[in-house]
Formats: sequence, structure tokens, C-alpha cells
Amino acid sequence: MLTLFIFHEKLMNFELSYRRFSEQSILVEWPQNIDEFILKDVLLFKQYLATLDVKSILQINNAYNSLLIIYNFTIDDVYSEITELKTHYRQRNIVKKSNSKLFKIPVCYDEEFGLDLEIISAEKQLPISQIIALHSQVVYTVFFIGFLPGFLYLGGLDKQLHFPRKKNPRQVIKKGAVAIGGQQTGIYPNVSPGGWNIIGNCPLEFFIPKKETPCFASAGDKVKFIPVSRLDYDDIVVKINSGNFIIENEDIDG
Amino acid sequence: MVEVLKAGLFDTIQDLGRNGYQDLGVPISGVMDRYAATLANSILGNTADAAVLESVLVGPQLKFTQEIFICISGADMSVKLNDIEIKTNSIYKVEVGDIIKYGKCKYGCRAYLAVLGGFQTEIVMRSRSMYKEVTALSRIIKGVELPILKLNTNLKPSFSAVKIDNNHFRMTQLNVLKGPEFDKLNVDVQHKLLHTAFTINKDSNRMAYQFDDTLENPLKGIITSLVLPGTVQLTPAGKLIVLMRDAQITGGYPRVLQLTEKSINNLSQQLIGCKIAFKCE
Repeated sequence: MLTLFIFHEKLMNFELSYRRFSEQSILVEWPQNIDEFILKDVLLFKQYLATLDVKSILQINNAYNSLLIIYNFTIDDVYSEITELKTHYRQRNIVKKSNSKLFKIPVCYDEEFGLDLEIISAEKQLPISQIIALHSQVVYTVFFIGFLPGFLYLGGLDKQLHFPRKKNPRQVIKKGAVAIGGQQTGIYPNVSPGGWNIIGNCPLEFFIPKKETPCFASAGDKVKFIPVSRLDYDDIVVKINSGNFIIENEDIDG
Repeated sequence: MVEVLKAGLFDTIQDLGRNGYQDLGVPISGVMDRYAATLANSILGNTADAAVLESVLVGPQLKFTQEIFICISGADMSVKLNDIEIKTNSIYKVEVGDIIKYGKCKYGCRAYLAVLGGFQTEIVMRSRSMYKEVTALSRIIKGVELPILKLNTNLKPSFSAVKIDNNHFRMTQLNVLKGPEFDKLNVDVQHKLLHTAFTINKDSNRMAYQFDDTLENPLKGIITSLVLPGTVQLTPAGKLIVLMRDAQITGGYPRVLQLTEKSINNLSQQLIGCKIAFKCE
């Protein structure tokens, strides 16, 4: 299955654009769509570049359809760096893909947390139970982490749940708020202002700076939301606080 | 220790920032003006990544509980050592009980206090740079004690000669590269972008600088993509945002320009109300 997939990917070379971004970085862009095949290719190229262990590359960041390659020097000859990157892109298929994980993440969709469930329900003519079902039946892909430390950009939200961001963002959004903004869904890892519509709350910690792995998830991983009751939510909070909660997860083929 | 008797407007410990964690959404942070901070460190003979105290416009009052050599670079905030004004870019020895008071800001807006060996505050994710989500303290407050190294025979200032760029605080022409979405703007907006003096407004801080002026923006948002310190974004309302050192790592506004590293340093010393212009190389 995995071999077949890589074989398939070999056939699919995207038309990439390369350009200088800053004095020390080059931006590589894929077609401008939010698409899982594009993301897979973005991450494949990122992983491949990382395995090459090029000393002059300081950091590689990705978003939905772009890679930013930051060098530890000021680029004098952009053309030659781009040529080198193009060669790497053609050779990227030989990389052995690392396994991704599927995380099962508890979410309480209780009305106490789901401040905007009623508005979405009324506008969409969908019962709240249906919103919860649609939100929790999908396996989401972590596209990248941004906006706030530990904020996962998740792809895969059901079209029926697409809902525009608020015109006037809230000044304070609770830590753990599970929200919908346009075509995207995500979890606020900390208290923050924000314009997304809140439908629930997740008790997990998404960013612990002093841990060796500050965020349990990384780009390419999968996430599924497990609806929990208000009582179960409190129970999980107690377990997390005493260090007795393990996030349920399983290995999956990237 | 260096004891904080009174905090300034916004004092933070900064080094050259946090690399390797942008994948988790963690900003790079670090000193706003790398030129000035590096200058203070190199005058003392510190390594470039030694942590310094960054102050903006109104500085703190500090008491030293041990002897150490210091150097202040960047903005001239009329700093007094025991009531005697001291010069920027010069080495001074402070003794036990000495007090440093920042005064009126004469030019620039960010000052850097370096101590020999660098401030020894906590390292989180390979950096001492203070940032709200990462370090226990997001800024210096009254009563905080900042650890420093003990002066001994192994720790001596090097008195190295440095060249000082006097134009640093006067540079209001910021050198830029074209951003990924620049070519999507119509010629008229492109021209205005490069031929308008923009006025820095009050919503400017370590995360971003913002401006009073408005441009017509024909572009829609982009699919959330990557940004860096120095990225100039154009919002749907036609406002420009120049991302600075504490900027988030992704953004959904069109990226019209990218400041050079030197221009980020120059802009860091420009005050609210000042006018700047972008110059494309």
C-alpha cells in the first residue's frame, strides 16, 4: 500500500515556483489550493531536505502550499541555490517516509463551551447534534502549526460546517476553545483574541514550552475529535493535572 | 544580580532569538535592533548571542548587587550611573550597590544594556528571549532579580575597537525586496507603496509596526502562508503591517514587500509619529 502510494507520487511532479523571499531565504510555492496531495508533497520535500542535513540550511517552515527555506548566510547567487533546490525536488522520491500518528482528542461540545453552536445551527438549519456529528466523524490532517505556539491548522472540515469568521473578533477566547473559521477548524492552545466561531472545548495542553516535545502533534499527523460529556471533561482535566492522562494515538502510514 | 527597582515602559531580556521552533508556531523573537545589541556585546567582548536588556523609550531603574562591566548601545536614554550621566557605546565598571537610572530619550527608541558575560536568565527552547507563551516572565517587572556572572580573572572585558554607524538612527528610507504578492498589485498601488511616506502609529510593538496611511488594496487574502520578521503585509482595509521580531510564523494577508535585515534594525529605532518610506533595491 505504501509502495503503491510512493509510486503514485513519483508520477506527480507539481509545477513549483521558486523565489527569493528575504536576504537569507527562498520561498517555494505549490499550486494555490488547500489540498491533501499538495500538503503530502510539501511535507515530502521538507523531510527530504531535512534528511540531506545541509549545514547551510537553518530552518525549513511549511504552510498549506509553501516551503520557506532559511539559510544561515545571505544569499548572493539566488539562481544557483534555486537550481540546487530544483535538483533536490526531482530526487525527493527516494526518501523513506516516516510514520505519522493519529491522535484521538477529547472535545466537550457542551453549551457552556460551544458559544456559537446556536448561531451556526440557526444559520445552517442544522441541529446542534448534527453539527457535533459532522465535526467529530472526520479524520483531520495537521497541515502545519502557526498563529499561536501549538495552534494546529487542520484540513478536512466538512463543507456543511464552513462558516465565516466573525466580523468583530472576540477580545478573549478561552484556552482550549475548539472553533471554526471559514473552511478551517482548530483549537486555541492558549487564551487569545480571535475571530473564529466557538463550538466546544478541548482539555488537552497543546503547548508546554519546557517539555522536550512542546507540542505532541506535528505537520502530517492526523486528528480525530472524540465527543465527551461535561463530567468526562472534568475527569480528564483532573487526570491531566496529576500527569495521568495519555492521549490515545496510533501509528499510521504517512 | 541586577535588581529591578522600577520597570520601564517595556523592558525584556533578549538574545539573537529562538531558532528551530517555528514549526511549532513559536516566533523567532530576539533583539529588535540586532545592530545596536551586537555593538554593545562586541564592545564588551561578549559573544554576539549574549543576552541583553532591551528597553523602549522609557527605561528602568536598576541596582547592582555585584560588580560587573557594562555597556549601553542603541537609543541614548540619558542613562545615569549614580547620578552621573554615562555615554553610549562605552564600557563602565559598576560596583556593588550602584544604581542605574534611565532618563529622557534623546534619539532612537530602543536601548540595549549589555553586561559582561551576558544576562543569565532562564533558557527556554535554546534562547533567553522573553516571549509571553514561552518564558515564565514576558517582561521585566519591579522586584525581579536578573542573574549575571561573577567577575573574576577569567571574565574580563576585551576593549575591542568598533566602528559606529552614525546614520543608523536617521535611516528612514527602508530597503526592501519585492514580496511574493507584489506583482499582483496594480502599477498604481505599486508606485504608491514605493513613493509614500508612511507614518508609524501607536499600535507598533515588538510583533509588528503599523501605519496611519491607507492604500487601495485590490487583492483578496491569500491561503495562509509563511512570513518572517520584515515581511510587509497589506490588509483588506489597505493598511500596511511590517512584521517585527515577535511576529507569528504564518499569515493570510498579501505579502507585498520584505525588509532587509538592516532595515528591520533601522525601523526598530523609529518612533511613533515618524515617517518612513520603502526603497526597492
